[in-house]
Amino acid sequence: MDEVKIIEIKKSVYADNDAAAGVLRQELKARGVYLLNLMSSPGSGKTTTLIRTINLIKDKIRVAVMEADIDSDVDAVKIKQATGIESIQLHTGGMCHLDAGMTRQGLENLAPGGADLVILENVGNLVCPAEFDTGAVCNAMILSVPEGDDKPLKYPLMFSVCDLVLVNKTDVLPYFDFDLDRCREHVRMRNPKARVIPICAKTGEGVDAFAAWLLEQVAAWKTN
Amino acid sequence: MHELGIVFYIIKDVKEAAAENGVSHVDAVVMNIGEVSTVVPEYLTDCWRWAADKEAVLQGCELKIHSIPAVSYCEDCRTEFETVRFGKTCPHCQSGKTYLLRGNEVEIKEIEVMNQ
Repeated sequence: MDEVKIIEIKKSVYADNDAAAGVLRQELKARGVYLLNLMSSPGSGKTTTLIRTINLIKDKIRVAVMEADIDSDVDAVKIKQATGIESIQLHTGGMCHLDAGMTRQGLENLAPGGADLVILENVGNLVCPAEFDTGAVCNAMILSVPEGDDKPLKYPLMFSVCDLVLVNKTDVLPYFDFDLDRCREHVRMRNPKARVIPICAKTGEGVDAFAAWLLEQVAAWKTN
Repeated sequence: MHELGIVFYIIKDVKEAAAENGVSHVDAVVMNIGEVSTVVPEYLTDCWRWAADKEAVLQGCELKIHSIPAVSYCEDCRTEFETVRFGKTCPHCQSGKTYLLRGNEVEIKEIEVMNQ
């Protein structure tokens, strides 16, 4: 008679990725490269925000961008044309997120020794990217005004893994029922450490604060 | 559809475990899935069927899901409560200083193999 044998495994599905992400972060530290993982919903203004910001800091530090999408290279081309910096496109092959292995492959495709700051524009999605550690030094996300100030309540994991929340499209605040103070409170509930910076990528308002934050972060990562 | 990505991770881990234990075919994989893990069990089993059948060692292998209820803890009144029902706010003292104790697991519990 056939008997069933049970082999206990007891292992988190994320364990291997978490370990790979930890190794990648250590390597980045040794090389003095700051990797920012930028996440958001589709259409929140990630690419426009990056173009504005990169143009403010590209003369001070060396910046490169990795664009992750399911398909096309429109974002990578747009960044390159608007800023002149190195910008590559990663395709996730239908996957809704990047993991540490894919991030490593992307970094290997950048010119060696060419950047102090690498910004990874993750796939537009508030669920999956939050679950997979990419190896980034810091996670940041953009919440745009039309999405609503209740997003931190609906997508708690995303807001708990991000130490920076950019509230974008502040120019349309008068037309939406979006309360900036309520939004700050919702973010604080998920992550008391998170900083909230209101910006408008279209007009440039507040983008200098994000740029200053990035410069501080990169400087601290290289010296500490 | 992060379930597909998760399935690829499960397949990799299970194949490694099978090789380590000298197993040529796995009949079932038992997963611990937390209620607030954001993994949808039905999607996970659908993705599993599609991907597992492409692997000789996992053909026809069943994915069994053991659901783990989500429980949160209130730092102010030191009680536990059901996360899905009450969310982030403690139902006993209305405090927001609460955190998840369990319920976000995405874990391979064990594999089952017929004696070969």
